[in-house]
Amino acid sequence: MPEQKKTHRVLIGKPGLDGHDRGAKFLARALRDAGFEVVYTGIRRTPEEIAAAAVQEDVSAVGLSLLSGAHMSLFPAVVQALKNAGAGDIPVLGGGIIPDEDIDLLKEAGISEVYTPGTPVEKIIAAFRSACEKQEARRT
Amino acid sequence: MKSEDILRGLRDRDPRGIARAISLVEENDPLADEILSSLDDALVAEAMILGITGPPGAGKSTLTDRVIAKYRLKGKRVGVIAVDPSSPISGGALLGDRVRMMGHALDKDVVVRSMATRGRLGGLCAAAGAAMRILASSGCSVIIIETVGVGQSEMDIIRIADITALVLAPGLGDDIQAMKAGLLEVADILIVNKADCPGAEALAMDMESIAREGGSKEKDRAKVCMTVASEGKGIDELLAAIETVDASHRESGERRTRREKAYDLEVLEWALEMIKPSIIEKINTWNHDRKGAPRLQAAKLLGRECVRISE
Amino acid sequence: MGKHPEYQDWEEKELAASLKRFPERKEKFANHGGEEISRLAVPDRIDDTYLENIGFPGRYPYTRGVQPTMYRGRFWTMRQYAGFSTASESNRRYRYLLDQGTTGLSIAFDLPTQIGYDSDHPMAAGEVGKVGVAIDSLADMELLFDRIPLDKVSTSMTINAPAAVLLAMYVVVGEKQGVATHKLKGTIQNDILKEYVARGTYIFPPKPSLRLITDTFKWCTEHTPEFNTISISGYHIREAGSTAVQEVAFTLANGITYVQAALDAGLELDNFARRLSFFFNASSDLLEEVAKFRAARRLWARIMKDRFNARKPESQMLRFHTQTAGYTLTAQQIDNNIVRVALQALSAVLGGTQSLHTNSRDEALSLPTEDSVRTALRTQQVIAHESGVTSSVDPLAGSYFIEELTDRIETQASELIGKIEKAGGVVAAIEDGFIQRQIENSAYEYQQEIEKRERIIVGVNDFQIEEQTKPPLLRVNPEVEHDQVQALKELRAKRDNEKVKKALASLSACARNSSNLMPEILAAVKAYATLGEICQVLREVFGEYRG
Repeated sequence: MPEQKKTHRVLIGKPGLDGHDRGAKFLARALRDAGFEVVYTGIRRTPEEIAAAAVQEDVSAVGLSLLSGAHMSLFPAVVQALKNAGAGDIPVLGGGIIPDEDIDLLKEAGISEVYTPGTPVEKIIAAFRSACEKQEARRT
Repeated sequence: MKSEDILRGLRDRDPRGIARAISLVEENDPLADEILSSLDDALVAEAMILGITGPPGAGKSTLTDRVIAKYRLKGKRVGVIAVDPSSPISGGALLGDRVRMMGHALDKDVVVRSMATRGRLGGLCAAAGAAMRILASSGCSVIIIETVGVGQSEMDIIRIADITALVLAPGLGDDIQAMKAGLLEVADILIVNKADCPGAEALAMDMESIAREGGSKEKDRAKVCMTVASEGKGIDELLAAIETVDASHRESGERRTRREKAYDLEVLEWALEMIKPSIIEKINTWNHDRKGAPRLQAAKLLGRECVRISE
Repeated sequence: MGKHPEYQDWEEKELAASLKRFPERKEKFANHGGEEISRLAVPDRIDDTYLENIGFPGRYPYTRGVQPTMYRGRFWTMRQYAGFSTASESNRRYRYLLDQGTTGLSIAFDLPTQIGYDSDHPMAAGEVGKVGVAIDSLADMELLFDRIPLDKVSTSMTINAPAAVLLAMYVVVGEKQGVATHKLKGTIQNDILKEYVARGTYIFPPKPSLRLITDTFKWCTEHTPEFNTISISGYHIREAGSTAVQEVAFTLANGITYVQAALDAGLELDNFARRLSFFFNASSDLLEEVAKFRAARRLWARIMKDRFNARKPESQMLRFHTQTAGYTLTAQQIDNNIVRVALQALSAVLGGTQSLHTNSRDEALSLPTEDSVRTALRTQQVIAHESGVTSSVDPLAGSYFIEELTDRIETQASELIGKIEKAGGVVAAIEDGFIQRQIENSAYEYQQEIEKRERIIVGVNDFQIEEQTKPPLLRVNPEVEHDQVQALKELRAKRDNEKVKKALASLSACARNSSNLMPEILAAVKAYATLGEICQVLREVFGEYRG
């Protein structure tokens, strides 16, 4: 009989006013089908709301999706909000319509991975898994 | 977070500390005992545990959101445990109930925790019960357990609630038929949500007649409430009904009886949880021939196990 | 054998009247070689099934189109959705597009505007001027249409929850230009129901939202008879991942809800129904899309005639705008997008669209550059002038495949509408998530097919290359937010704030009773009350929808 494996908990959030949640919902389901427990925040959340939910749900990673072009202010704002909530250790991954030259800037601002349209979902799932494992090892 | 940080966080009602504590207990971490023995039993005893259940689409999360808001107006700190089913295939789960409650995300006195069933055969009451105790001990005087009332494990979890409200809505026909048998028996309050939709009156009359079957005395019967959760209508009446039921349960001793049963159930589930790993290990390492009925093998295996435990 | 009497009747009535009012673009439509191209090809033997299901263009059930001569009379309106940054920047882009031969404007507003927040609202941070133009008050609207005569263009505004406010601003700008209100032409999207399931720019709960919508129906019927009061949109439902059938079903179900709401509010069907318009997606499955447009037109005509007893032909006609499918654009090998857009645009034209937006090649990367917008427009012009498909009306009619598919889409969409009605109608189906779940499931299946390479997307999961050069991208100047907030501050300082306060109080009182909101909104707009202030008043009375 197999040993029970640890279940990773992640949160998928949509900061800002962008209502295009096709990508976020797809990823949430794909993560669920890969064995994750996925908390979804729904659309139109502030960075502070996302951080508060991430803390209460004790997730090991946060994924953000944004198509409106506001990623340069909103992604780092979520990182900051997590820090303010005493959870700056939770890794944040981002995705959406994000020009290449923004990616490095976002990484400098504390976003651990950034994905653009057309990325195979397997790659994104693997990134979440590795982010969770690292975080869980660090945490305990 | 280190163990002393978590314990301190728990004492200080720090959101991260509370959240970590729930996870550690849910994962059966070695720290779980320390966490659970640090809890304030008086607060746990005094909290009101409200179960909200019903079929998908009845509006449970929206209703929960409105109930939270009302209790906040009364100055209560509110905890929510929102239970969603895990996928039996992948073991993963989509925990989406929070979406409707995000309006309270920045309120430090509303603690929402999503929990997946994790395919536990039983065991869910143990985990949810522990989460409930942690929330109560952190000062939540009202704790809502929200769960889809369809599967057995989801129904079981309601047994740890002091008061159970069943949410229904017109237009969900078949589900309601299927639920009548089980959940109507445990419900103290029958909520007809979406009361502005066609069919609500008929459903309410249906519920009234079912409630009458519950007893000849008014106070033994389930209360029927009409709500339009999306517009916040009927919530005051619902809270009044909850209060009435609570008062009557306290007076009659029902509250204590339920708590005792729930306590025993939690003990049973924890015991089974604790014994399970050693049985699994036995099965994995025991050199048995896989012949004959599995039941006989189990008895043989357990017999040795039982002897050891009783020593 | 002579002409079928019904065919002759159509020629004598609809066709003759149309030719008289709108002469065709050319005396003779011919190929290279001089052979005349037939206006309308029909079967040798016209039977009852043909008459019932296919019929003639400009005649019930409108399967073949809403006008008797379609593009032989006039091309569709080439309408490119645009807007970003500030009002003056967008104004420059609109005048560029008009110079390049677009025939109608289509305004993209930024998200704060769409959700009724001023640019200085905390929720607006980072979003100002990003996906469209920021409009805070009448002052911005004046800049937006500077040197664009509103009696000469038709303007489509993608605005929903605060549609009444933006319409009021447009009307006042017209007044200031000296254009009579009844001459204004255009469209407000004003379709809140699909926002709850697909696009997300809702503000108020369904009931007050429907009131706002019927109030605009009523006001426009009396004041702006040439304005489309709503654009019932399947576009975003498809973008969110629905199938073609779901797109038709959910859109028409929403349409039914609006018609019923207007009737319940005491409006006369044949007065408002002629100004209902639709908006569909043109996706990549070319023939399915053609059939979809035809099926939608027929199904709507049947709904309006049989269910609502619409008498006037205009009330039964489904007129629609089309946009090519944004979700099919790839960030890889972006020139391939030009080809995708061309095929999608072709399906819209073969399906009989009234106006069309073609996406730009670089939209999977950022807002489109001027160059790529021009190519997108040129794509339409090539289809119009070079492809030949515009010379004959509904040229694919009678194809076994197209007619079978048209029938199937109509039947399946009709069944799905029935399901929604059984579940208590659209609003109930939104509240319990039925519609959202259907869309999500379809989106999930589609994406899984791509992930498993059961569905090939050229350049994404097959035929990939290493790309070296990066295309130039349009960036919105980050100063925009600051400038916009500054301008707003100045406006608040210099306007007559007493007048604003009075107008807002009066609006609030009106919102609490049931009289038409439009006159009060107009008064507030004229006083330079901001969009955010007006919406805040309504938020206080109506409450906010939480998704």
